[in-house]
Amino acid sequence: MQALDDLVAKATADIESADSPAALDAVRVSWLGKKGVLTARLKELSTLPAGERPAAGQAINGAKQAIQGRLEAKRQDLEQAELTQKLLADRIDVTLPGRGRSIGGRHPVSRARSRIERIFRDAGFGVRTGPEIEDDYHNFTALNIPENHPARALHDTFYFPGGLLLRTHTSPVQIRALVEEGAPIRIIAPGRVYRCDSDQTHTPMFHQVEGLVVDRGISFANLKAVLHQFVESFFERDATLRFRASYFPFTEPSAEVDVLWEEGNWLEILGCGMVHPNVLENVGIDSREFTGYAFGMGIERLAMLRYGVRDLRTFFENDLRFLRQFH
Amino acid sequence: MKFPASWLREWTDPDLPVEELAERLTLAGHEVKAIEREGEALEGVVVGEVLEFQRHPNADRLSMCRVTNGSEEFQVVCGAPNLVTGMKSPLALPGVKLPNGVKLRRSKIRGVESNGMLCSARELGLGDDAAGIIHLPDDAPTGADLAGYLGLPDPVLDIDLTPNRGDCFSILGLARDVSALTGAALKSADVPPAPPVIDDVHPVKVDDPRVCPRFAGRVVLGIDADARTPAWMTERLRRAGLRPIHPIVDVTNYVMLELGQPLHAYDLDRLQGAIRPRFAKDGETVTLLDEREVRITADTIVISDDSGAIGLAGIMGGLSTAVTAATTSVFFEAAYWPTALMAGRARSYNLHTDASLRFERGVDPAGQARAVERAAQLLLEIAGGEAGPVDDTAFPAELPVRSAIRLTGARLRTVLGTDIAPQAVSGYLRGLGLAVEETEGGWTVTPPSFRFDLGIEDDLVEEVARVHGYDRIPETTAVAALPLRPLTERCVDLDRVADTLVARDYQEVITWSFIDPAAHRRFAGDAPALELENPISSELSVMRASLWPGMLKVAAANLARQQERVRLFEIGKSYHGTLEAPVEVMRVAAVAVGSASPEQWSERARGVDFFDIKSDLEALLELTGARAKFAFREAEYAALQPGQAAEILRDGTPVGVAGKLHPALAEALEIHEDVLLFELDAEQAFAADVPVASSVSKYPTIRRDIAVVVDENVTSAALVSTAIAAAPKIVRHALVFDVYRGPGIEAGLKSVALGLILQETSRTLTDADADSARDAAVRLLQQEFAAVLRD
Repeated sequence: MQALDDLVAKATADIESADSPAALDAVRVSWLGKKGVLTARLKELSTLPAGERPAAGQAINGAKQAIQGRLEAKRQDLEQAELTQKLLADRIDVTLPGRGRSIGGRHPVSRARSRIERIFRDAGFGVRTGPEIEDDYHNFTALNIPENHPARALHDTFYFPGGLLLRTHTSPVQIRALVEEGAPIRIIAPGRVYRCDSDQTHTPMFHQVEGLVVDRGISFANLKAVLHQFVESFFERDATLRFRASYFPFTEPSAEVDVLWEEGNWLEILGCGMVHPNVLENVGIDSREFTGYAFGMGIERLAMLRYGVRDLRTFFENDLRFLRQFH
Repeated sequence: MKFPASWLREWTDPDLPVEELAERLTLAGHEVKAIEREGEALEGVVVGEVLEFQRHPNADRLSMCRVTNGSEEFQVVCGAPNLVTGMKSPLALPGVKLPNGVKLRRSKIRGVESNGMLCSARELGLGDDAAGIIHLPDDAPTGADLAGYLGLPDPVLDIDLTPNRGDCFSILGLARDVSALTGAALKSADVPPAPPVIDDVHPVKVDDPRVCPRFAGRVVLGIDADARTPAWMTERLRRAGLRPIHPIVDVTNYVMLELGQPLHAYDLDRLQGAIRPRFAKDGETVTLLDEREVRITADTIVISDDSGAIGLAGIMGGLSTAVTAATTSVFFEAAYWPTALMAGRARSYNLHTDASLRFERGVDPAGQARAVERAAQLLLEIAGGEAGPVDDTAFPAELPVRSAIRLTGARLRTVLGTDIAPQAVSGYLRGLGLAVEETEGGWTVTPPSFRFDLGIEDDLVEEVARVHGYDRIPETTAVAALPLRPLTERCVDLDRVADTLVARDYQEVITWSFIDPAAHRRFAGDAPALELENPISSELSVMRASLWPGMLKVAAANLARQQERVRLFEIGKSYHGTLEAPVEVMRVAAVAVGSASPEQWSERARGVDFFDIKSDLEALLELTGARAKFAFREAEYAALQPGQAAEILRDGTPVGVAGKLHPALAEALEIHEDVLLFELDAEQAFAADVPVASSVSKYPTIRRDIAVVVDENVTSAALVSTAIAAAPKIVRHALVFDVYRGPGIEAGLKSVALGLILQETSRTLTDADADSARDAAVRLLQQEFAAVLRD
């Protein structure tokens, strides 16, 4: 028996020294193959007396199983090592940049516009649009700004030959929506507007969002609430607002709204008021039964404050180095 | 409107620091744009007197002056050209620090000792005048503290008045509002009469009372032409932004600022006959005070005398009857011109005067006599003379009538959303000078003559809210009946289109709606139809018919700024039709220049081409759920390279264009690379189909590949549709997986490889089925296009 134990020990040493599947196979053949050492010992069994054969056979088979077990374990080790080696060779630098297209971005004015729309949609406002090439009636007269009204001088209107004009504000959408839909109504109207003015703080084209709510019992207190909530929602923070008396021909009372900004400065952000009874009567709505509020704000102004843009004109220069800061 | 706080405080003096006063004005609708703090840091500057002066021995432009501060004499070197012996001027002695931070020292100027400085307005922060030293009035007390003498410091308020409040275009008007807002007492606006000492009047003939419902005039004779306007008045005028000129003009300006009534002073000796206000005769001309000759239109009121038109009523007087430094007899005019006749008139002459601003907004029709009274009183005080009686011509039937307005508590509550105590409401309205009668459930209110803006109940609501304070109105969230409305799925939301383009590496831009007419012609090939009458510049003068010209300008600018890969999109309108019937079309457009992908370590750079942007377009079209309705067809466009331009059709209707910019146009824009573009009509292209689901087939698909050699002109779209048409029930789809030209293929031909994806909905296809479908496709391709099957 001692001899068998020696054989197993010797085979184990052979197995351990194999450094590849091929070498391991050679070891297997030399021990367990047709001409292998253990195979030879099994063949010798027939030479033993019959009474010894079962015990001897059991011992040889035990040795064979032990060697097989070691071979299998070694085989797994070698395969694992080989896989590890292979995977190691496949190693990449995960910090290298990815392949294919990058991603673009939205214009900050669109980003702000979309944000304003979502805030008001959440509150049940519909979104309406209207033509940019307008007529005098919708842009002025219906809004209680008759011809030669001093307020017209403040509008710096672009005109076309024949009398049409580029709308100077989004307010004409109020008129169109009221005519089409009547009251009650609850809408905002974003879009491009135009003023014949170009300097550091004015561009000849910019964007406004108009808001209009007409219903029974709508009050200035409602207007104050919705604008305060809007400003806090848009800027995602508590805000202090100041409603200043002002004048717009299409609202009465009228107000301009300032927000308390850093360093204690009041910054004007929008104009608003209660829809002037003449405007309601112009579109056939009984101003005794219905009241309403309206507001108008410059999207660029809000985008500048929200995103820290200092110069209005950069919005329209479309310098990619500027635009890429917005996503 | 600009004015010094001291002037307002003379009329009403609330116990508030100037900042708080400004805040109250701002909140009540009179926005204080700025508080200019002038006349601060003048400690040590005194009234000096020039005893004598002589030329500096070493400098032609300098003088050596002997000046006194009343107790001591000093030698001062001075460069001012307006030195006069005996003149009074601000004197700063060594040790004094000027407002600009300069500390004066004893010094030598060109070898002559100078012990102080005579100061200009700019040096003291009292204006921009640096041409000479300040010439103080001769009665200024030598040695007196300058700030004390001039009533400094005196903050100057600059207010943005709203166009509805013409009544606030004066110290009196603002004082009324301040008094109403703060409760501080208001000085009476009554002017103590300057009794007439002569009987002279100048005849005024009003033929049409509608033109001139009121005209107050007054004659003053024997004025001292050498009189000078006193410092208190010149200082107030200066601080209000008006240049002092001479006593007569200064007085009219002063009264206008104080009472809001513009006045005109005529040199009585230059008037020829009676003054007649009337509408101009067409073609009439007048030379105005600014020496400009204007041709007057018949809708303008003029003042005329026997010589013809001598001024534009309420806008500007004429040169022929203007007062001069030599004038000794004047005729003051204070008229009321109806706002309806003044509106827009000044602007039509490109004029914008202190008078026209006030008349357009409305001047108190009851204030004319008071204004000439005040003007006469001030002029007599300054320049002596003898005044005739006030000659007040009025036509009450033509003057504005203020009707009583009913205000109810219910309306106040509805519009403001809060309750205000009735006695407070009465107080607010009375404080503003309105006649108030308390009635059942409300008030009957009659506005005073000077309030042109109060006509309806809601105007009074605003007045109550303004005085009460907008800040005291609560915030109440409206409870609204909100029926849900249908949400359409019949068009693709443009925000989704934008997001898809962003995901495909395009940056959104916003370009001007108006472009250069030359660019329009290059792209549209015709003359622009929608040209602005008053563009900001010729480069921004026509409405764009395509988004491309503006976007390409942006692309070129970015390329010039070393941006190598420029991929832009814009969603906006283009403008078509005629000046009578313009049409606006919402469009989605994109421009791509540079490599198809960002430069990368493992990929070879490749310039963007048609099929790159086509895949972006196809991604957008997929959003409609109706991809099969779209087709691309080769087309020709002036702006695109022939052979690389496609029209995009939806059910046969053109909805867009895609292609490569014509190299000549690219060069004109200084872009030296391929520029790929597309533009879609958003409304037509993005009409969407609501998906209708069908069950997914459980049977497997089989693929058969074929390659056919066809003529170059046969489109892949035609091959695909023909292959499908050959066995439409089985061929689900045909994909082009290779296009080959080269060795083995004759010139003018190409080999196109198609993968036919085959499937039956009700059974599993056999190989024999698949082969027969493939054979059918090959046969039809042979028939239609003489296609040769390639092995």
